[in-house]
This record gives sequence, structure tokens and C-alpha cells, in this order.
Amino acid sequence: MIERMAVVWIPAQLREMAGGKEQVEVPGDTVWQLVGQLEARYPGLERRLCENGQLRAGLTVCVDGCFSSLGLRQRVAENSEVHFLPAISGG
Amino acid sequence: MAEETRANEISTELGPAQEPAFKIIGTRPVRPDGLDKVTGRAVYGIDMRLPGLLYGKVLRSPHAHARIRSIDTCRARALPGVKAVVTAADLPTIAGDPAHLDDASFALYCQRANILAIDKVLYHGHAVAAVAATSLQVAEEAVRLIEVDYEVLPPVLDVVQAMREEAPVLLPSLRTDELGQKSERPNNIASHVRMQRGDPQQAFREAAVVVDREFRTSTVHQGYLEPQTATGLWNSDGQITIWTSTQGIHNQRQQIAGILAMPATRIKMVPMEVGGAFGGKIRVYLEPLAALLSRQSGYRPVKLVMTYAEVLQATGPTSGSYIRVKIGANAAGCITAAEATLAYDAGALPGSPVLDGAGILLSPYKIENFQIDAYDVVVNKPQTGAYRAPGSANANFAAESVIDEVCEKLGMDPIEFRLRNAVQQGDRRIDGTVCGRVGLVETLLAIREHPHYQTPLTGKYRGRGVASAFWFNWGGRSSVTAAVNPDGGVSLVIGAADLSGSRVALAMVLAETLGIHLQAVKPVLGDSDAVGYCDQTSGSRTAFSSGLAVYEVGQKLIQEMAARLGEYWGVPPAEVVFQDGIFAAGAERMTFAQAAAQVTGQCPIVAAISVHPQVVSPAFATHVADVEVDPETGKVTILRYTAAQDVGRALHRSNVEGQMQGGVAQGVGWALYEGYVYSAEGRLLNCNLLDYRMPTALDLPMIDAVVVEVPNPDHPLGVRGAGEIPIVPVPAAIANAIHDALGSRLGMLPMSPARILEAIGVGQPTQPEVG
Repeated sequence: MIERMAVVWIPAQLREMAGGKEQVEVPGDTVWQLVGQLEARYPGLERRLCENGQLRAGLTVCVDGCFSSLGLRQRVAENSEVHFLPAISGG
Repeated sequence: MAEETRANEISTELGPAQEPAFKIIGTRPVRPDGLDKVTGRAVYGIDMRLPGLLYGKVLRSPHAHARIRSIDTCRARALPGVKAVVTAADLPTIAGDPAHLDDASFALYCQRANILAIDKVLYHGHAVAAVAATSLQVAEEAVRLIEVDYEVLPPVLDVVQAMREEAPVLLPSLRTDELGQKSERPNNIASHVRMQRGDPQQAFREAAVVVDREFRTSTVHQGYLEPQTATGLWNSDGQITIWTSTQGIHNQRQQIAGILAMPATRIKMVPMEVGGAFGGKIRVYLEPLAALLSRQSGYRPVKLVMTYAEVLQATGPTSGSYIRVKIGANAAGCITAAEATLAYDAGALPGSPVLDGAGILLSPYKIENFQIDAYDVVVNKPQTGAYRAPGSANANFAAESVIDEVCEKLGMDPIEFRLRNAVQQGDRRIDGTVCGRVGLVETLLAIREHPHYQTPLTGKYRGRGVASAFWFNWGGRSSVTAAVNPDGGVSLVIGAADLSGSRVALAMVLAETLGIHLQAVKPVLGDSDAVGYCDQTSGSRTAFSSGLAVYEVGQKLIQEMAARLGEYWGVPPAEVVFQDGIFAAGAERMTFAQAAAQVTGQCPIVAAISVHPQVVSPAFATHVADVEVDPETGKVTILRYTAAQDVGRALHRSNVEGQMQGGVAQGVGWALYEGYVYSAEGRLLNCNLLDYRMPTALDLPMIDAVVVEVPNPDHPLGVRGAGEIPIVPVPAAIANAIHDALGSRLGMLPMSPARILEAIGVGQPTQPEVG
């Protein structure tokens, strides 16, 4: 039983699938579990964020201000804030 | 009233700068690579000489868009001295229809298609075949003997035209990606991303002032002095060595491994000195060709060097763009709503920096209601590459021009307006994340108090402009290795490319950490087998991330030396303390050099560290420009320029100032001079440095670099990236100054004399987009 709740910011283009919500509180210990919970509530959302069991190319996940190199395996804390953002590198 | 109070409170925070307790960091030592560079001894890629060296040349497309019916290389192969000829048929292929590949496979398909055209040429200068021969002259002759049968297709060069339904489609396999959802029909829009928060429409309805404008910017090249070069040796045992001018040995090794479908471990990348890069030497162009030609020529080394025409035609410049920005503010001068559409051309293959542009566009400000739409669009121009804060100078030009007009309509000073809206610690950024300690306010105050801003500008056709900017900065992975020598010196092997002084800056960090003289540290650039993985020198990351790795490797050396001295002195290691370069325990004392002699006699000491910082603090800058416009010729003269930038902590002060001045110089090129010019058929007309006009020393005033240091709390030395942001606000600052001088607002880059004359009503209308 997962007790931990995190706040996921829904990317603008997926909000229609999530009933227009900007943020959703979902239980999970990892980003992957959060995505699974989102998929259960809003079918089809996982496919938009992930491909071949990983975050889509060009996407990165930011948890509490940290741009994680663990991707979907990144652990989250109680009340963690999770964003799916374009990956940036620079020139 | 509350907002005014806040601005006043901010100003009181600016007390005397805290004097850091550093001895080396923040000083201006001579670079270890400096002597060789000024005496001509530094070895660049073009200097490579190897026994049996062959010379390569690339055949490039004369057309912007054409189907390749056939390529006949027989006559070229028959030419005496020709040892190898390669085409796309010599590259590995990906099974399946490109239209149904996953994202990673499609990206690899595009990488290969840019190295050598597959089925179609997509831009003037697109590589079609390559030759290796015993001399460059023979290679050039052989290239002329290759016969290519083209079916010429109509090109599309303009980003807005390319988005139209009736536009020629470049890639039949390309479908618009809407965050994981593909369009049914192929078109030129590779992706669309939306960022949105709050209710911008309602906020616009309630705004006291709304400004809505459109902007166009031209394709601009990084303009590095040293053209692309690569020497490749494919050994008969299957091992490959590449000597090249690169921003990242390990990143390029991964690219080459993917393109050639071989293990990266079999490829060794040897970094040569780099004669400028600015983002343009991240992607590979010649390196896979050098390797393929080497294999086909019987394992002889092959060197390829681009001409400058090839550099402009066929390497990755930045995007031409269309940007619309709408901003609303209330009567108190607070931004309440924003809306933006950005369409960036990616060149012929997807991957423009439009999301960078979308991400930085409004990020200096607190805005609760906004919507930003970003489109990545392919056109018949070379695939765009990274260029110093990719995609940002154009986006900032649009947003800060609109901000300037909002200030004008409200009758507010542009610095005061920005102070009122500036993001600070705890504010939510446009991407939704929360700001840590950042220094935008400090840069605004530095400009407000600067003699430049305090001195009134008078005279007809003279004007002053201000712009602020945000850049993400990047962390990335970094590795370094350090070995203590018996004489107390330390050899430091760096994985990062040295584009602008990494060796000296990183040596300074190690010397400071170990409490030794800078001359006791010998920094060298490792090849890809000699040092652990290091991401490319880009994203303003090297001083930050490799600096962190060097600091930690220094701590590791101290720990190991203290442990050994504890053993030698017969005390627990925890009782050995290290301070100011001295190890001590009770009555025992040794300098670092004495300790090095002792402990390396016991056993050599080597430490390696790899880091991957996950928290990255952004950079902010505020610039002010004074210009004078000649109403008869349209020429813009920059009278005075001041750039204030939060760098966290300046490691090498002259290098940081040089980055700021160099970024401004490049930004002046964007603002006033530079832009690709294409014929209607898609031929690049100005592919030489006479016609592609970059600023020279004669075009620039002394650029006053104001180094603001708001230490980054997420770095042990307080460092933030500093290399990219200085280019970002330049076009906007100059555009706002031109508006102040003329009363006319230009919406196009470059703001050339013809466009200036048009703006004041004495010139002929100019085209909205040249390339």
C-alpha cells in the first residue's frame, strides 16, 4: 500500500486528458509509479510521456527542483513536486 | 504600493560584496595554453600529419531540394591517386520504413542522412559523397568526376511558408509530434509543444496595457574561425582513432558509434586545440566520413578540412524564426498575462532549439497567466546546430522588445519595471519549477547604479535601450583524474574540451583546493580513453560541473594524503588536519609538497572523480546599449555598451569578462549584420566571410563587463555557468535603443541599414525573411 503522495504537474498538451487539471496529487514512491497512477485515472497518458518503458526522447523529469538522471526510476518524497520538461543542453 | 516597497527593499540588499577568502580563484593568471597559442605552436586539427596520410573531399549538392536518381562514381574511382569513394550506401541502414520508426531510431536515421544524403538532398551543400586521395588536388578533381542524377524539387526556405499545408514536404516520414501523439499526414512541422498556466485570456481582458507584435529573425552562423576538420584512422584490427576539433570527445564518440553501428569502445577521440566553436562543434560532420574513407582506402589515415564556404553551407547555424509575443500589464506595472508563438526552422532535419526559446522567453519575470506554443519546422536549409544559448537571442529579442513597449505605454523606467516583475528566490519559473537563489535583481541594480545608466544620453538620432535575459545553464556529466607527483605538483587530466580557458580555470580550482601554487598544477586534455566520460563543453556547464569534479578530486587527494600521513606519523587519520596547504597533527607539520614527496614514496596517489549535478542554477543578465543612427545611410553606431551578469563566482575574472564581451560582440552581429541570404531556388548566396558580414573590432565600442557575484548555493565554490547568457539580451537592447533613437520599432533581425531606412520611411520595403 503506497502512502506517499506527490504533486504531478500535467504538461499543457495532456491536460485535456486529465480533465483540464494543471496539477494532480497521486500516490507513488517513484516517478514510474506516479505515471502508472496517472494512467489508471487518465487512460492514454502514459503512452504520451513514455516510450519503450522509458521517458520519451527529449523529455526529462524534474523532482523538487532536481533534474533527475534516473528518469522513471527516480524516487519521490511525500509532497514532492514533479514536472515533465523538455531536456535542455545548450551550445 | 506593495510592489514599490518591494523594489526599495531589494535595493537595500546590495551591501558591500562579501570578500571571499580565496587566494587564486577570482584572479587573472596567464593561461597554460596561452604561450603555444600566441606563438603558433598550438596544434589544431588542420596540422595533423601522419605517415601515409590521404586527403579527403566532400561532394555537396548544388540543389536545395532534389531526389537522387543515381550516383555514378566510376570515373572518380578510376582517377590515379584516388583510394576510396563513399556514399550513403556505405553507411549502415535501419530496417523498416522511416515513417514507423520510434523516436530514437528516427533520430539516428536523421543523423546518418545529414552525414551523407539518403535518397534526397535537402539543402544546398548537403553531402552526397566523399573521396580520399593522395593529394587534395586529386581529391577535388575526383569529386568533380562523380556524376549525380538529380530530380530537382521545389524548395521551401521560410519557416512560415513551410508550415502551410501546400508547402513541399521535405521528409515523407515526418509527422508532427504533439507530445507523443503523431499527426496522420506527413508535413514539415516536426513537433508542437505548448506551455500554459492560469487563464491568460481573462488576464488580457483585465490588463491596463496590452502589446502584441510579430518578429522575424534570420539564420545566423556561430562564425568560429577554425573550420571543421577531422583525421580518421581505421586500423586493420578494427580500432578507430579520430583527431578532431570538438566540443566533446565522448559525445562525439557516441554519435560516431551510432552512425557507424559499432561499439563506442572501439573509437578513440583525440581532442585538438579548438579555434572557436560556440555550439557548432558538438555535432559530427566529417568524423564518420574520415573513418569510412580510412577503412575503404586500406586502413590509411584520411584528413578532411572544410572550406569556409562549406562551413556556412553545411554545418549547423541557428534557426531563422517567426515569433509573436503579446504581453499585458496592469496600471501598477505588473505583468499579468502573456502569450507567445514561436516557429523555428530546424533546417532540413528536426531539432531546432525552439523549446529553449520558449523556455527562456518570459523567464526573467513572474507571470501567472501565460500560453506559449512552440513549433519545430523543417526547411531546405542546413540542419541547425547549437549556438550559444540556443534559440534564445531571437526569443529574447521579441519578448524584450514587447516589454520595452509596455514600459513606454505605462511611462515607466525600464529598469524599475523589470525590478517590479523580476523573478527571485521562491518564485515559480515559466517551466513551473521554483527559483532558487538567483541574481536578476542584482544585475538590474548594477545597471541602474552604473555611470552609464546614470549619464543622460543626448542628441538627435541617439537612443538607449535595456534588456534582461535568462538562460537555463546545464550540469551534465564530468570526469577528471588527478595524480600527485613527488615534487608536490599535480597532473590534472580533464575530460572537458577547452574552448575558452577551461584548463586554467580548472587548474585554479585544484590549486585553491590543495593550497598550492597554480604553477604546481598541470592541466591536460585527455583523449576519450584516458579519462572518464565527460559531456560536451556546452550549456555553460564546464566551470560549474567540471569545476565541481575538480574540487571533489582535490578533496579526495587531501583525504588520501591525510590517511597516509596519519600512518606515517602514527596518529589516527582523523587527527591529521589540512589547512592552507599544510598537513598537521600535533607537533607534526608538512607542506603539501613535503607531504607529496613522503606519501608518493609509499605508493603513488591518483584520484578520479565523476559527477553529474542534478540541481543547476540559471544565469541572468541585464544589458544597456547606447546607439546613434545615421538617417541618411541607416548605419547604426554603438556608442556605449554595458553588460551586467550574475556569474555566481568568477573563477578566472578575465575569462569571465572575455565571455561577456565575446557574447555581446556576437549579439551585435545578430542585431545589425548577420543573416543567411538565399536565392529563390535555395542557393546560399553569401557563403563567404566578405558577404556574410560579422562584426569586427571597428564595429564595437569597449564593452563594459560588470561581473555580479551572487554565489550559487548549490556549488561548493558558488559557480554558475557564464558563457552563454551574454549573447541573449544583445539584439533586444540594441533594438530598444534604436527605437529610442528613431521612434520606430524594428521587428526583424538583422536591423540592417536597409531596414533602418525603411523604418524611418526613406527606404524600399525589405523582405520579411532572408533565411
